[in-house]
Amino acid sequence: MIGRFVRPSKLRAAGILGMNARNVSLISVYNARKFYPRVDDKLKTKLLAEEAGIAVPELYGVVRSQGEVGGVYERVSKYPGFVIKPTHGSAGKGVLVITGQEDGEFRKPSGEVIGRKAMERHVSNTLSGLYSLGGKPDVAMIEALVQFSEDFRDYSFEGVPDIRVVVFRGVPIMAMMRLSTRASDGKANLHQGAVGVGLDLANGRALRAVQHGLPIESHPDSKNPFDELVVPRWTELLELSARCTDMTEMGYIGVDIVLDKTRGPLILEINARPGLAIQMASGAGLLPRVQWVQKSGCHAASVEERVATAMRVFSAEAGSLDNI
Amino acid sequence: MSERFQLVTAVVILTVVGLGLTLYKHFSLGFPLLPGKVTQAWTAEARISFEATSEDVELSFAVPESSSTLQVLEQFSASSAYTLGYQDKGGSHPRAIWKGSGKTGRQVIYYQVVAFEGEGGDKRPDTKAPSGPTAPDLEPAYKVAAKDLIAQVKAKTTDPASFTAQLIQDLAAPKPSESARILLGISSDANSRARIAVDLVNLSGVPARIARGILLEDGRRREKLSDLVEVWTGDQWQDFQPDTGVLGLPDRFLLWQRGGESLLDLIGGHGSRVTFSTLSEIRGTRGLVVLKGEEEKAALVNFSIYTLPINQQNIFKLLLLVPIGTLVVVLMRSVVGIRTSGTFMPILIALAFKQTELISGLVMFIVVVAIGLMIRAYLSRLNLLLVPRISAVVIVVIILFAGVSIASFKLGIEAGLTVTFFPMIIMAWTIERMSVLWEEDGAREALIQGAGSLGVAVLVYLAMSIEIVEYLTFSFPELLLVVLAVTLMLGHYTGYRLTELRRFSPMAEK
Repeated sequence: MIGRFVRPSKLRAAGILGMNARNVSLISVYNARKFYPRVDDKLKTKLLAEEAGIAVPELYGVVRSQGEVGGVYERVSKYPGFVIKPTHGSAGKGVLVITGQEDGEFRKPSGEVIGRKAMERHVSNTLSGLYSLGGKPDVAMIEALVQFSEDFRDYSFEGVPDIRVVVFRGVPIMAMMRLSTRASDGKANLHQGAVGVGLDLANGRALRAVQHGLPIESHPDSKNPFDELVVPRWTELLELSARCTDMTEMGYIGVDIVLDKTRGPLILEINARPGLAIQMASGAGLLPRVQWVQKSGCHAASVEERVATAMRVFSAEAGSLDNI
Repeated sequence: MSERFQLVTAVVILTVVGLGLTLYKHFSLGFPLLPGKVTQAWTAEARISFEATSEDVELSFAVPESSSTLQVLEQFSASSAYTLGYQDKGGSHPRAIWKGSGKTGRQVIYYQVVAFEGEGGDKRPDTKAPSGPTAPDLEPAYKVAAKDLIAQVKAKTTDPASFTAQLIQDLAAPKPSESARILLGISSDANSRARIAVDLVNLSGVPARIARGILLEDGRRREKLSDLVEVWTGDQWQDFQPDTGVLGLPDRFLLWQRGGESLLDLIGGHGSRVTFSTLSEIRGTRGLVVLKGEEEKAALVNFSIYTLPINQQNIFKLLLLVPIGTLVVVLMRSVVGIRTSGTFMPILIALAFKQTELISGLVMFIVVVAIGLMIRAYLSRLNLLLVPRISAVVIVVIILFAGVSIASFKLGIEAGLTVTFFPMIIMAWTIERMSVLWEEDGAREALIQGAGSLGVAVLVYLAMSIEIVEYLTFSFPELLLVVLAVTLMLGHYTGYRLTELRRFSPMAEK
């Protein structure tokens, strides 16, 4: 349980970014407080993204007051599948996913069927803040159900596989895929036992995978080996993530992306305080990459150039940054 | 980098000012740096009660002065409708004067002094020469006995001082002489002996009078003043103890009424009664220094926490420890990397521990939070809104408080009663946060953060309980500027946390 401790010099040599350095040197310097609502409020994020032409799951509607709850049933009736979520929710709390409708009843991914009353109660609870951070009254948004790409079906248990890209000053510097497992209870949080798969920035190919901080070869539930895992439409995905920096005006963000069967990569969420576990999944430290971007000044280039640079410089083949 | 420069400047200024003021107080005002030195202090309180009969009441009361062994430093008076003034004419003894109007019926005035044992008291010997001995009014039978006793004592002594000493010894002897026995009659307590001695000394041609004061002892109530024999020895008045005839004041004897003046003069009232009580307290040398500083009007002392009433000072004592708590929390979170639920929760829990004692506090806390969590888990099934839900938890917590208190009282466990010291809002909020964590991040995370919070709370409690820390924060509040400087510096700490050295250890293997 205690494990072993290493000397700080060893971590520094590995280029590991620590929590304090992330907070003091990156978040507080590059992420202006006044822009936080742009990422903390999912509705704001979505509207901003639509304005900027960044692909997101389509917004069907917004429920702002309890008086509108009765009309929700009418509004969703024309969509076979949809998602209702709080705009200030966290960790997937309060997200109601409906995959289909039959005779005025709604089917959840687990197969459970709920009636109109239950759906309306969920919206009402969302508005009163049951699922929000700090319990503040919230707004519910109804958006399109993402038709998940078949590519990763064998790599996930129940939950949604998503791709986290850390973008520093508009340059993607590290990426991983998060796969839920039985142990993580369908959730994509690494510290709860989800698998983190480090991705090669050059091509979206899996580099290595970790669970509970230890390397693994295949998915613990489906036993599918990770070395065959490749994320399609990789360049498009990276460009999407890089564009989020221009949209939020924040310099250090984590962009969560899902792959839709037809629409391709879609932005699900942006995080202004991205975690550090991505370093474990990628087997590399963030620090040298951050410093490289700071030194090169490439943040001023266009989105396409920034992504091209990232794919070239941070590729697994390029190896150490000292050679570039 | 200007931001870094600002920070460094702030840290340097804060440290220099904080340490500078501390050193100034130590070297110039004499504040001790360590709590070691304590001085015995005594509080003597006079309770004056009387029946006010007229509209205007004036009360004049003799008040004590410093002597060679006791230093009178604080004087308080508590009375509902009277204004207090002091009368300190040159040569005569100080008196407190209360004036008031419009009050009738039973009146009570409290007058309190604090006296310290110690050198430095400016004893003003009373050198006002008397006009002459006052001839006592004695019955003829006593007069014969008195003259007889005077002659006996005079034969053995040479001067007024030795005469008085011998006279008192003869009166106090276990087997007094025939004439002494006549004089003493049936009353033979120290006060009546003093009065007889004064009469006899006057009769012998030397001026004498009664001086009164109180022996400072711990926890005495409803005491009366004790008498001393004060004799004019040619150049000054000197005091003799009525039990032994020894020259000088007894130890810890606070002279209250001197110079043959009255203890109490009352205009506009009657039925006055004065009783005294005394209390001992140990005061640090600091207390003495503060009082001296106040008298000398040292600005740093005069405009400080010490000038607040004792009650408020005690609140500040606790408040001044909070920054120490925040420092511990910052260290634990930023340098060690312990996850706590909420930043200040551990400090609030630690403050509660200060009232309950650690072990019983810990047990109570865990019991109440555990039961509260179970009840909260049930409440969550009812799908309540946030505010009603927390309110429900508060109500449950209070019921738990009552239950635990009564149950432990019945079982004879006194520690259970201390549960009420826990701020119940904190308890309710802890339960709420823990259960939200439980739902969102799972039992493991909830337990990690719960244990982290409690562990940090215990550390904060231990840090706050270090005697030197407690003493320094209260004696030198300016040290908080140094704590602030350290906190600011920690705000810019970008090194790895201790827990990260383990978390990322697989990364260092390559």
